[in-house]
Parts: sequence; C-alpha cells; structure tokens
Amino acid sequence: MSASPPVPLLSVRDLHKTFASRAGPVTALHGVGFDLAAGSTLALVGESGSGKTTTARVVLRLATPDRGSVVFDGADWLGLPARELNRRRRDVGVVFQDPATSLDPRLTIGEIVAEPLAIHGIGARAERRARAAALVASVELPASALARLPRELSGGQRQRVAIARALATEPRLVVLDEPVSALDVSVRSQILNLLRDLQRGAPSRPAYLFIGHDLSVVRWIADRTAVMYMGRIVEEAPTPVLFASPRHPYTALLLASRPRETPGPRSLPRPVLTEPPSPVDPPPGCPFHPRCAFARPVCAQEMPALVSDPTESGRSVACHAPLGDD
Amino acid sequence: MSGAAAPLLSVHALTIAVPGPSGEEVPAVDAVSFDIGAGEIVALVGESGCGKTLTSLALVDLVPPPVRLISGDVFFAGRDVRALPAREKERLRGGGIGLVFQEPATALDPVRTIGRELAEVIERHRGLSRKAAAVEAERWLKRVSLPDPGRQRNAFPHQLSGGMRQRALLALALAGGPRLLVADEPTAALDVTVQAQVLGLLLALRDELSLAVLLVTHDLGVVAEVADRVLVMYAGEIVESAPVNELFARPRHPYTRALLGARPGSAPPDSARLSALRGAVPEPGRRPPGCSFEPRCGEAFGRCVAARPILVPAGAGTEAACFLLDRVPQVRVP
Ligand SMILES: Nc1ncnc2c1ncn2[C@@H]1O[C@H](COP(=O)(O)OP(=O)(O)OP(=O)(O)O)[C@@H](O)[C@H]1O
Ligand SMILES: Nc1ncnc2c1ncn2[C@@H]1O[C@H](COP(=O)(O)OP(=O)(O)OP(=O)(O)O)[C@@H](O)[C@H]1O
Ligand code: SF4
Ligand SMILES: [Mg+2]
Ligand SMILES: [Mg+2]
Repeated sequence: MSASPPVPLLSVRDLHKTFASRAGPVTALHGVGFDLAAGSTLALVGESGSGKTTTARVVLRLATPDRGSVVFDGADWLGLPARELNRRRRDVGVVFQDPATSLDPRLTIGEIVAEPLAIHGIGARAERRARAAALVASVELPASALARLPRELSGGQRQRVAIARALATEPRLVVLDEPVSALDVSVRSQILNLLRDLQRGAPSRPAYLFIGHDLSVVRWIADRTAVMYMGRIVEEAPTPVLFASPRHPYTALLLASRPRETPGPRSLPRPVLTEPPSPVDPPPGCPFHPRCAFARPVCAQEMPALVSDPTESGRSVACHAPLGDD
Repeated sequence: MSGAAAPLLSVHALTIAVPGPSGEEVPAVDAVSFDIGAGEIVALVGESGCGKTLTSLALVDLVPPPVRLISGDVFFAGRDVRALPAREKERLRGGGIGLVFQEPATALDPVRTIGRELAEVIERHRGLSRKAAAVEAERWLKRVSLPDPGRQRNAFPHQLSGGMRQRALLALALAGGPRLLVADEPTAALDVTVQAQVLGLLLALRDELSLAVLLVTHDLGVVAEVADRVLVMYAGEIVESAPVNELFARPRHPYTRALLGARPGSAPPDSARLSALRGAVPEPGRRPPGCSFEPRCGEAFGRCVAARPILVPAGAGTEAACFLLDRVPQVRVP
C-alpha cells in the first residue's frame, strides 16, 4: 500500500438511526460507516430490513440520522446549510428500484431528463433540450422517446430514462437502490452494461453506491462490497476477495444460499436457517449469534467491532470468531 | 411413450386470448402443450409478458375475464378439467392442485389469522373436524419452517414478514393434500437465505409426497437449483422443452441461449460486458408472421421471416421450435 491512501469521495461514519414503529422503536442503523473512492463502485448487500435503503437516504439527505457524519467531496454533507446543499445536490444522482413510480407520469421523457438541469439553472432552455436529447441517446433510447410519456415505455426503457435523469447534472456520485431488481434478465444485462459504460465513459466518471440483493449482479459490477446485517456492516472487502473467502459467518451464509449457476450436485451444504430476529427486539451481543453456527459464549454478550483484518489489507470484519481463523 | 403410465397433468393445444390493441381478441398463449408426471418439478421460464401466468391459471380454469381460454384440453389425473362441473372445479383448486399466486399481498385474507385460514382449507378439502384441522394447520406451519408456529398461527397476515407470508401461502397451497403444486414466482420477493429454505422445502415435499410442481419463474438460478425439466416460453409459445441438465449444457433454441448468456453470473467477473438480448417480447397481436423470436434472433436466416417453426424432437429428451434444427441434418446428409 502507498503511504497515504487517496481521500475518498464519500466518507460515512458511525450512522445511527432509530424509527418509531407500532411495535416499538426500530434501530435501522447501528453505527454504519464506509468509504467510497471517486469513480468506483461500492455495493451494499444484506437481507431485507438490514438498513441499506436507510443508509442511502441519509447519503441523499432524504433522512436525518440521529448521529454520525457524512463527508462528501470534502464537505461536511450533513452540516451543509440549505442554500449550499441545494447548490451541491447536482453532484449526487439517484435511481430507485421501481421506474414506474419514480418518474412523473405527466411529463414527457424529454422534460423528465431536462428537469434537474432546470432546477439547477444549468444552460438556457435550448441547451437543456439539446443536452436531454444527448442523454437520452447515451442510454440508447431512440430520439422518438423524448416526446413520449413514461407509461408509453417498457419497464427497462423507463429505467434507462431514470438513469439518464440521474446523470443529467454530471454527478460525482450516483446512488442506485436496486436499479435492476424489477427487470428481466435480458433487460437487466443491458442496464448493467450501460451503467458500467457510463461510469467509464461519462466525463464526470461517477462513483456508484449500488444497493442490490442479487449477488451475481453485485459480483459483476462492484469494486468493493459491504455486507449489512441488522443495521450494521459486518464485513467489507474488495468484491473478489469477499466472494472467494468470506470471513463473517453471515457473509458465508449469504453466499451459500445463492442459487447455483448450473444444475448439478451442491458442493456446499444447504444452509439451515432460522428466522431473522425481530428488529424491535434485537438480540444482545452480536446480532447474528442466534443464527450463527460458529457462535461462542462471548458472541451472546459483546458486540464485535468492525475492525480491519490483520491478515488481509483492505478487508474489515465484525466477528469474534471469523472463518479461517483457526 | 407407449406403455408408460398417463402423466399426472396433460395440457394440449392451450390457446388463451386477451383484448388486443384495437379491442379484438388476440392470442396471448398459442397452442401450448406439455405434460407433468407425478413427483416431477417442471419450471416454466421466459421474460415478462411471455404468458407464464396465464398458462398456469388456465390449468385450473381461472383465467380472469376479459381474458378467455379459447381452446385446448387440460387433463388432471385422467379428468378433463374444463368439463368438470363448477363445484368439482372448486374442489380441485386447493384440493388436487395447490396454487401459489404471483401477487402474495392479495392472496391471504387480511381479517383472519393464518392458522384459521389454513384450518378452513383443511376442513374443506380433507373433511377433518374443526379441532383436528387446527392441529393439522399447526403441523403444516411447522412443516414450512415458520418459526414458533404455536404462536404464529394466531398472527394476521400483516404481522408477518414477507418471507413468513410466503411460507404461510405455501402451507395454504399444500394443506389440502394436492398432488400438483402450481407456484407462480414463489420466491421472487424473498431474500436469498429464505429463498434457499423455500426451495429446499419443495425438494423435500417432492421426495416425501411425490408432489409434482409447476414452478413459474424468471430466475434461472432457481431453475438450476430445483427443476427436473424446463419449459421455455417466448411470446405465448413453448420454444424449448428439455431436461434441466441438457438445457444448461446444450440449449437448443437461440432464445434459451440468449437467456442463459444474459445471466451476470455466466460472465467471468472481470468481463467488461454482459451479453445482452436486444429489444423486447412482442405484445399479443403484434407478433411477427414468421418465428416470433426472429426480430431479436442473432441466428435468423431467410426462412425465419416467412414461416413459423413448430416444436420438434431435438435429441436427449428435448424439443425445440427453431429452423436451425432442421438445417443441421440437411447440411450433413447430402
Ligand atoms: N420511515 C420508516 N419508519 C419506520 N421504520 C422504518 C422506516 N424506514 C425504514 N424502517 C425500518 O428500518 C429498517 C431498515 O429498513 P431499510 O428500508 O433501510 O432496509 P433495506 O435493507 O433497504 O431492506 P429491503 O432490502 O427490504 O429494501 C427496517 O426494519 C424498516 O422496517
Ligand atoms: N387482463 C389482461 N388484459 C389484457 N392483456 C393481458 C391481461 N392479462 C395478461 N395480458 C397479456 O398477456 C400476456 C401474457 O401475460 P402473463 O401475465 O401470462 O405474462 P407472464 O409471462 O406471467 O409475465 P410476468 O413474468 O411479467 O409475470 C402479456 O402480454 C400481458 O400483457
Ligand atoms: S427459427 Fe430462426 S429466428 Fe427463430 S429462433 Fe430459430 S434461427 Fe432464430
Ligand atoms: Mg431497501
Ligand atoms: Mg406472471
């Protein structure tokens, strides 16, 4: 490793967030932290309710954490005053899972894509129109799409529109929350290719915070992967390292649960599972211990901290008994 | 197939029409035929809009108007399903054939506990007393690995997580003692860990009860995991039918090859691009006159535009509908 690692584009530290629910308070985030380097992709994976979207919403400043900090491009992102925030929002784009509900049904595709430019006062009207046309072309939609309404497009086409819109202001960071989960395999691979081409080819070379539950997608697109479990990051590593040798038992369980790529006898034992614990009443100690096959007495008492792995640079794991340690 | 026992389910030339772009009826499912044997897990795959849900609804004569089952036969355990009197059809649904629908949110009664709903299915289809049915209901909740079934049977659907709801639905579909389970995307909304558990359960039930399954899914990983045989559907037709190993090892139809090639997991992790399938499934009424796949097919040639290929045997227990299959022997035999 070089003496001083480059300053990350996005630096998230110790995010905490508790929601009120009818069953009682739910701690959605419990000390989440990570770095994202400029022009690279970090994936957040983990089961439903583990806090992926809440993390994304904090980064987008759509939710306020109870505690913690976000440094984006050198600025204290959560502390930015409203005026400054509005000025800098153009640096962050977002694509949600469901293109049907995230696009304004009354606007044409051209208007939808040009809207962020208008909001940020970028260019004159004619320039904005030309830029929208270029964006629509860059996501490989025909120019005829510009005059159409969202409902006149297919799901995959609408997701392309959402991506074009997210990239309109040449953001340095794009948050992608399950951007291909609702799409067919065929359309999915088109969109994934597009995302990768845009990251490498767009002038702003955006970094991606990519939320997904399909591990084969994550493996293909992400440089680094962070695994979340009940509001915490339990393991974070370069994607090939994480997939080749998971050290947290939950990561190993996730990987072993993946359906196979081709039929044939299973090399890994089929995981035996219990239901995830209730988010309202999390277990003491390591939140994974009731489901963990490797738990020791200490696991029921003390929460293990996320620490960098002494045996491998670039990997962090939060476990009292990481796999491969004995 | 002479000498073999009749299959459990036999579907012949099923044609289903939907209202087309200008109001007239157009076929969404076109002359679909297939069999399912006892204890066999058959996957039905294809992109969105190919006709998978309509085909599975037709098995129990449940296509929703204005959609209409125009022609074709469905034989289940030797009985002509379409000709059954209404009451018999009711008994078949949830009795001989268990159903898990694609929209799980709407499939459970919001005002009854899952234990009560399950017990009613058991009373209705298996003639047990109310008390015996309640015991049997709890046994099924345990069977589908719902945690703490003694307590959860008193839960209302909204109090369960998505994964727990899906398992309750599976219990509901199975408790009537069906010989065939028709499950439409039963794991699409589940985390991979829960998905693995539900798939494991299906395999166990097949082994223990000789349960046959028609599994409708987009997910070829799920297919690789559990299916014995695969039906690939494109634009309302079955374009390939093959044993699962044969399908993954030697796909016959260009559409099957494209679906397999588009999986991110099939690409080496460091590859710059995934192979993609351009365009979209043509809507009913807008299908081309020749092979439906021709506009998207990378291997199309002259004949594909003019004529429509039909399913023909393609070796090793497979069938496929593609003119390339005819061409191969023509090239080899001078
Ligand atoms: N606005 C809210 N009010 C109350 N609880 C919330 C709210 N938003 C999220 N939660 C709770 O916080 C936890 C984390 O939710 P979050 O949406 O971040 O999970 P996720 O990892 O994105 O899950 P999924 O994979 O299902 O999208 C869950 O228990 C959820 O129910
Ligand atoms: N009620 C309806 N009215 C008009 N068209 C319909 C209706 N129901 C289905 N269709 C059309 O019939 C075709 C087949 O639909 P079906 O629901 O069977 O597809 P599917 O393969 O199950 O797709 P998905 O994977 O999205 O569930 C589609 O083109 C669909 O738009
Ligand atoms: S018949 Fe022709 S167009 Fe159709 S799949 Fe075969 S090669 Fe492609
Ligand atoms: Mg989410
Ligand atoms: Mg369907």
